[in-house]
Amino acid sequence: MDIQVWTFIIVGITFAIYIGIAIWSRAGSTKEFYVAGGGVPPLANGLATAADWMSAASFLGMAGLISFMGYDGSVFLMGWTGGYVLLALLLAPYLRKFGKFTVPDFIGDRYYSNVARTVAILAALFVSFTYVAGQMRGVGVVFARFLEVDVDTGVYIGMAIVFIYATLGGMKGITYTQVAQYCILIFAFMVPAFFISMQLTGNPLPQIGMGGKGEDGMYLLDKINQLHTDLGFKEYTASSKSMTDVLFITAALMVGTAGLPHVIVRFFTVPKVRDARKSAGWALLFIAILYTTAPAIAVFAKTNLLSTVNNKPAEELPAWVGNWQETGLLSWEDHNEDGVVQYYNDKNPEYVANVADPAGLKGNELTIDRDIMVLANPEIAGLPNWVIALVAAGGLAAALSTAAGLLLVISTSVSHDLIKKQIAPNISDKGELLWARVAAVAAVVVAGYFGINPPGFVASVVALAFGLAAASFFPAIILGIFNKRMNKEGAIAGMVGGLLITCYYIARFKLHWIGDPETSGADHWWFGISPEGFGTIGMFVNFAIALTVSRFTPAPPQQVQDMVEDIRIPKGAGAAQEH
Amino acid sequence: MNEKHKQYWKTNLRLMGILLVIWFIVSYGCGILFRDALDNIKIGGFGLGFWFAQQGSIYVFVVLIFYYVKRMNKIDHQFGVDE
Repeated sequence: MDIQVWTFIIVGITFAIYIGIAIWSRAGSTKEFYVAGGGVPPLANGLATAADWMSAASFLGMAGLISFMGYDGSVFLMGWTGGYVLLALLLAPYLRKFGKFTVPDFIGDRYYSNVARTVAILAALFVSFTYVAGQMRGVGVVFARFLEVDVDTGVYIGMAIVFIYATLGGMKGITYTQVAQYCILIFAFMVPAFFISMQLTGNPLPQIGMGGKGEDGMYLLDKINQLHTDLGFKEYTASSKSMTDVLFITAALMVGTAGLPHVIVRFFTVPKVRDARKSAGWALLFIAILYTTAPAIAVFAKTNLLSTVNNKPAEELPAWVGNWQETGLLSWEDHNEDGVVQYYNDKNPEYVANVADPAGLKGNELTIDRDIMVLANPEIAGLPNWVIALVAAGGLAAALSTAAGLLLVISTSVSHDLIKKQIAPNISDKGELLWARVAAVAAVVVAGYFGINPPGFVASVVALAFGLAAASFFPAIILGIFNKRMNKEGAIAGMVGGLLITCYYIARFKLHWIGDPETSGADHWWFGISPEGFGTIGMFVNFAIALTVSRFTPAPPQQVQDMVEDIRIPKGAGAAQEH
Repeated sequence: MNEKHKQYWKTNLRLMGILLVIWFIVSYGCGILFRDALDNIKIGGFGLGFWFAQQGSIYVFVVLIFYYVKRMNKIDHQFGVDE
């Protein structure tokens, strides 16, 4: 059977499962809609959190990104996993004890202020929309390749699916769909990894195979280093970023992970404080399976690519090159018209002068969209068609699960934090639920728009959402738990300050919306920190402003101080949610 | 906050502090700051610093959380604040 048929079968089956679960777990009350009734077992919550967290960027984008970044890709690996240690130790147990529905809920109550709540809502919406755009784009890319529709149509199909289970089931539907989605995505990610690791190194475990020897008796990592230097690139295992930048990006991603509203909200769904801690552990374990495999896939894919495509005459190119050319995500232009594919680093003047020019090369001829590396991987390695279809289903599972989690945060922020808590406090449970569904529909439409008109690469857009989360939520929540003296004036000033400076930096140096483009390059970055790492500075600014302002303004009321003491003690978390 | 709760909070903070120091050392330390030095040690095809940056630190993170869960459950029980 060909790829197309397999894709229809496997993707069809998985979608039937998701929609079946959504119907089975329809939400009847706001509590079910927002936090799945608060009774999710820690293991299931860990699985759901892993799927919620691992997005199109993790599944489709990350291995590709790492394969082009080499050692520098470590910022994503350490950053996106290290944040879970912060979550498990510093946030999850206390937020669970607080026991409401959303992050703006915590900020609004802890800082006894609707202004703080509104700032938190704005930050949540901003982060979630930035992030969801990348997901919808990911869905579009997968459909484009495997259903042979264009990317925009792919996004519409994705919107329809998310729409069904996000509006119907709410958090309850999403949680159990995500459990299924985790199983599908991890299976889809691991199967080709096992196969390819076996092919290249004789060891089925990719984590170990990555450090193993290839058929020629050479260590794979040494070989890829050599392939890289032969083509004028830096060594794969060497760094091209400054150490400062690597430190700041890693920190921004860690802290951002711990401040992402759609991840935090998952810890409100377990029954007890000890379950919140435990489910953070399960979540990271399940994430680690993919995150330790991704760097291996990156090495395998890059080695395969360089050795199967480079310096091959056009007629000897494998079929997958043609398939991907049709999507426009891979292109080959025969600059020197010799009918042979030449891939090399034409931005390395020394290499161009010494090697490329004498050989008659007229520039790099192969352009590869990094986002396709994982999807193309099974084809590159010549794996059976059903594996390729499986990877498509996995990519969709990853993108849809995260999109659904984010859309829920958006709809909850509107119906609960904005309408119930601020505009119409007397609204009935039914009315609030209706608003939640209306908001979810609106969010799907906006997300779809961003998916069709994406602001940039899938993975780098996501990186910005982290900077914003790091600069706003993380300090406000940490200070709310660990600093009893922190008051509303300090927290609001801190969040606003952190957000503003981070937005400014990104708008100036990443998006080039403001300031002179001449002075927006890497040479003009403050302290050599890239826009992706600037969230760390935003976080420090937030902390500094919050601590300073709170010293010159009145202490929080006694009942708030009592509340802070209360959330530090696990006892009574089950009761705290019955409100 | 009564004396018992104060003690509980202090015990919690101490455990948290120790684990965060380890968290910092394996990621920022082994994976970034001292990476070049560690790369002189080879395990299979891996330089040790590169291995920590791409895999090792993640394994340590998982262990850290599960250790925290286990210790905290014990401490909660000791201070009678568990559910």
